[in-house]
Amino acid sequence: MTMSSSHGRGAAAELYSDPRGWGATIWSWITTVDHKRIGIMYGCASLFFFLIGGLEALLIRIQLAVPNNDFISAETYNQLFTMHGTTMIFLVAMPMAVAFFNYIVPLQIGARDVAFPRLNALSFWVFLFGGLYLNSSFLFGAAPNTSWVGYANLTSAQYAPGANVDFWVLGLSIVGLSSLLGGINFITTIINLRAPGMSLMRMPLFTWMTFVTSWILVTAIPVIAVALIFLAFDRFYGANFFVPTAGGDPVLWQHLFWIFGHPEVYILILPSFGVISEVVPTFSRKPLFGYPIVVYAGVLIGFIGWGVWSHHMFTTGLGPIADSFFVASTMIIAIPTGVKIFNWLATMWGGSIRFATPMLFAIGLLAIFTVGGLSGIMHASAPVDLQQHDSYFVVAHFHYVIVGGAIVGLFAGFYYWFPKITGRFMSETLGQWHFWTFIIGFNLSFFPMHFVGLFGMPRRVFTYPEALNLGDWNMASTVGAFIFGLSSLIFLWNLARSAVKGAPAPANPWEAPTLEWSIASPPPHYNFAEIPEVRSRDPLWTVPVPLSQTRPAEEPLMPSPSVWPILTAAGISLTWILVMTGVWWVPIIGLAWTAICVYSWAFQPAFPAEAH
Amino acid sequence: MASAAHHPPTATGLDSRKLGFWTFIGSETLFFGSLISTYMVYKGAAVTGPLPHEVLDIPLTSVSTFVLLMSSLAMVLALSAVQRGSRAGAITWILATAVGGLIFLGFQAYEFTHFVHEGLTISANVFGSTFFVLTGFHGAHVSVGVIWLLTLWIMALRGNIGPADALKVEMAGLYWHFVDIVWIVIFTLIYLIP
Repeated sequence: MTMSSSHGRGAAAELYSDPRGWGATIWSWITTVDHKRIGIMYGCASLFFFLIGGLEALLIRIQLAVPNNDFISAETYNQLFTMHGTTMIFLVAMPMAVAFFNYIVPLQIGARDVAFPRLNALSFWVFLFGGLYLNSSFLFGAAPNTSWVGYANLTSAQYAPGANVDFWVLGLSIVGLSSLLGGINFITTIINLRAPGMSLMRMPLFTWMTFVTSWILVTAIPVIAVALIFLAFDRFYGANFFVPTAGGDPVLWQHLFWIFGHPEVYILILPSFGVISEVVPTFSRKPLFGYPIVVYAGVLIGFIGWGVWSHHMFTTGLGPIADSFFVASTMIIAIPTGVKIFNWLATMWGGSIRFATPMLFAIGLLAIFTVGGLSGIMHASAPVDLQQHDSYFVVAHFHYVIVGGAIVGLFAGFYYWFPKITGRFMSETLGQWHFWTFIIGFNLSFFPMHFVGLFGMPRRVFTYPEALNLGDWNMASTVGAFIFGLSSLIFLWNLARSAVKGAPAPANPWEAPTLEWSIASPPPHYNFAEIPEVRSRDPLWTVPVPLSQTRPAEEPLMPSPSVWPILTAAGISLTWILVMTGVWWVPIIGLAWTAICVYSWAFQPAFPAEAH
Repeated sequence: MASAAHHPPTATGLDSRKLGFWTFIGSETLFFGSLISTYMVYKGAAVTGPLPHEVLDIPLTSVSTFVLLMSSLAMVLALSAVQRGSRAGAITWILATAVGGLIFLGFQAYEFTHFVHEGLTISANVFGSTFFVLTGFHGAHVSVGVIWLLTLWIMALRGNIGPADALKVEMAGLYWHFVDIVWIVIFTLIYLIP
């Protein structure tokens, strides 16, 4: 812990600002290739979009609070629920996980950066531009309005003539590219940059789940890319992929979308499983129960996740053989998920548990996610699904797994790794407030939706008649949503306040076992003065790694900052946006810009010239 | 390449760029897999003409396919020349590969124009949509490859491609062979199988 004293108060401010002033500081962030800074930017951007998506949810809930409400129009409602889903999945849950991939994975494997630092910066800027472009549609009153699944042929030029779907199809393409590049980067990083001695079966679980998630990204994103390309060609260049009168088949969209879309669900949840697998052992002071089983279960989920997509399509009428297959595969994938739950429970069993905020959220995940898992098994059965499909029961289910699983796990991650990132603790008091208001608000909001759905309320309708007698349930959901909103504000306030005024944290404040805790909080820009040697699965618990913490005489040579990633990202985004003109050659302007940037990038040395 | 000296040895001993590029090719497989599957699913679904057997010219495309496949051979010889340190060989074979790609693209441009004259456009029917998008994306990949190869060729002319830079040529080769293999699948499924 010698280093923690040298990095005491204001260490983060010192690390992340440039003494030459504001301009230099901003420039240093724009051109950064440091995985830690990129991680922080991913985190901030995802929290910004979290606010937007949350605001959309509250507007939806106000509209639904009472029957026959006319707070917003049906068209506005369509735009709000479409953008709420699209934002929360592609601009919040995914990048929030990627924020932790970026910041934590290189530290956990004992590396100084990711394999391709500039590519990493490109991923971030492409994501940010894509997200801003998608949301800019509100300024034109033309936000996407055909739901986050965008079923054909509701999205065709004939039935959706406005720019709404244009924003959606092009915006998602841009954001998808970011995920693809990120996946390639993290696969390479995890395979190639592990410290000596860190075999695959000694990797921390969070790194493992990042690895599995990255594989899903690299394989699933191209499928949605093709679906979006088809849709774009249909809309802009008059192709017939989803036009039935020309022989096209709208069901093809459903297949392509869900072949991506179901693996996507595991892209959302596996990072959280990784976080929980770090938090539960640390706060139970016990190694993870059945480490290999948890790893294999994660890998198995990654594989089986590819064979369950049509359970989203039982009502499409694929026939009994297809339905039976997907019922069986869907029920099978519940097994590795259940195995993980039992492993975490067994890790806690007999441990000496500390109920700090990260642990509260981890336990919260076990409870809430299990509820979502159980309702998932219910509509894994095709006959049951025929009743529940497109009802509020499904809305309840996927909020229990995505918020209760993915987001809650990432909340735990924020509290857990915040001291490492900033050198300061988050407030425990505010943390407790956040947790309990979240638990109450979330359950009050989403549990009634199970009943509302079973009573017959369809999703994606902007209002409902009084005669359905669903007013009270819906009012409860709305009250719950506002409590959930309050809890999120407490969380954001806690983040902002603790970053400035939090109690200083030492290098390993939770007495955790993995490598990121062997270096100072916040870590120096080169991470490890000397690359550690790993001899066990929980290196800091078995042989305390000789912490090479003193500032090295000569700092390791780190990659140079580069302006080309952000300029390339701008070129890529511009290319896509120019497709909106509908004139085939106009995007070539963006392509030319991109090409210039790519060449400048390729011929710019990655490292500063060596000063011998 | 100065950076090689700064990279500590990797866990696998493989260069990260090569590993990352293989991962990218894996991703591309799914990309073309989805495009090709769609073509197969929509085979025979066109409700109006022109239909495949009315427009496809197998002998013509066989010639361009042969040229593309031979360019893969040139690519192998180019890499070998770079590894052996033969500058003349590198210049010759990299250019030969790029020219092979250009000839293929020329054939494709002719084929596309010819089809449009025959009435087969992207919006004519579902065959036109799947055909042009699939072969168009393949052609775009070949174009990127040609630009990449010509860049390497200019570097080689300037004497900037020595045996130490073999990896740069090898990665262009990985890409080139992949694009060729995809074409073998497309040519078989679209042109040869009736």
